[in-house]
Amino acid sequence: MNGFRGLLADAGGIAILSGRAFVAFWRSPVEWAPVLHQIDHAGIRSWSITALTAVFTGMVLALQFATGLESYGGSMYTGKLVALGIVRELGPTLTALLVGGRVGSGFAAELGSMVVNEQVDAIRALGADPVKKLVAPRVLACIIALPLLTMLADIVGLFGGLLITMREVGVTRKFFFSQVTETLGFVDLAHGLGKSLFFGYFIGVIGCFVGLRTTGGTEGVGQSTTRAVVNISITVLVSNYLLSTIFVALYG
Amino acid sequence: MVEPGLDVTDSGVPVPLISFRGVKKAFGPKIIFDDATLDVYPGETLTILGGSGTGKSVLIKMLIGLLKTDGGSIQAFGQEVTTLSEAGLIEIRKRIAMLFQSGALFDSLSVADNIKYPLREHGWGLESAMNDRVAEVLDMVGMTGSEKLKPAELSGGMRKRVGLARAIAMKPEVILYDEPTTGLDPVNVRRINGLILSLQARLGVTSIVVTHDMDSCFTVSDRIAMLYERRMAFVGSAEATQDCEIPYVREFTRGGKGTLDTDVT
Repeated sequence: MNGFRGLLADAGGIAILSGRAFVAFWRSPVEWAPVLHQIDHAGIRSWSITALTAVFTGMVLALQFATGLESYGGSMYTGKLVALGIVRELGPTLTALLVGGRVGSGFAAELGSMVVNEQVDAIRALGADPVKKLVAPRVLACIIALPLLTMLADIVGLFGGLLITMREVGVTRKFFFSQVTETLGFVDLAHGLGKSLFFGYFIGVIGCFVGLRTTGGTEGVGQSTTRAVVNISITVLVSNYLLSTIFVALYG
Repeated sequence: MVEPGLDVTDSGVPVPLISFRGVKKAFGPKIIFDDATLDVYPGETLTILGGSGTGKSVLIKMLIGLLKTDGGSIQAFGQEVTTLSEAGLIEIRKRIAMLFQSGALFDSLSVADNIKYPLREHGWGLESAMNDRVAEVLDMVGMTGSEKLKPAELSGGMRKRVGLARAIAMKPEVILYDEPTTGLDPVNVRRINGLILSLQARLGVTSIVVTHDMDSCFTVSDRIAMLYERRMAFVGSAEATQDCEIPYVREFTRGGKGTLDTDVT
């Protein structure tokens, strides 16, 4: 019961922090420079792990489908399934899990250290708002960066799928791409990228929320880092199912 | 203790600049303050003493709204602080600056950008005017020419001096010092003590110093307040501490070498 109450309290705290960050960001002066800095820091620098994960995911997906469908004589459909699997599910979700681990933990550690070193208090004492200075740019940067990284994951993942489908099934590149373009519609892209917007928001706000609540010195910073990764991962996986249900119900 | 020229009430009692009245504060089950009452007068340097974990820092953090009180009243410049919104507190924080225990410099910013942080936040003016102010306050704390250094390149004492430069950049009327000499070597302790005295003389500021360093306390204080058993057990001059009826206060402020006279708790 306590656990459930704690969960509700955290959800409430995250909702309040999100609202405050939104209001604080648009309060004059609107500061874009820290957002760009965070997009570079958190987003652009995550491209390599995103691409690496995506290429191998596309490859393994193609391998499993090609061999799995062979006994039913359906291996020619490998391209279609890989395309749907990557764009709707694995592209956005795996990217969010990886970036959540890399960036969300970074936010929690950085903000947690600032809390224990009294830097967050110092921001307030100097007449500024830590939510505007620290939280708003990070959350916004994640919301912008995650769909971009997901697009990269989609493209690279499909490329990985192409390589293995060509080798295992023996299709041509042209055939694979025609299957991909036939299968994927705007709805599929919107489904994946729409989810990634939410994932970006969760990564940014949970990382900051956990960081700002750090207590207990350097040990507390370590605990916050771990907690951020766990909470972000669970939120991404659970919300992925809920968001997918909504998208499927709305658009098929 | 009370300088001539202070504002006085009709009955001739000086008007405090800051006053704590019956302040209560607890963290969960742990009660920090039960009924803390204290007045701070313009231009004086008041030292708040107390053992570790007695909530000395909590008191000054509540004054600028970094922590909320659980009851009682805190007034600064005739304004009730405890009921102020964050926007109202920002106005108070322009007038009351704080030097944090560790300096609390922003690691990612240079010394100059750390000092410019409040200046930018409050629209000090052109970049050149801010640069002039940075040079001026760095000179006051004896750190001339260190604008481009990063906090990681500074020693503990230097960090505190830059933290002090940042605190005085906005020309505050009150400076709060949170354990200004803790963790410093004796030379740096004396340097910081000297700075507290010289800023007091040059800027005419009111200072509240939180410490458990008795040398520092006796060097800089006009008056001493001692926290004991969740309230201000003693408020008075340094000399008067030895006449206090509470043994803990006498023992705490005795200073010097040796062991405990009586087993105080």
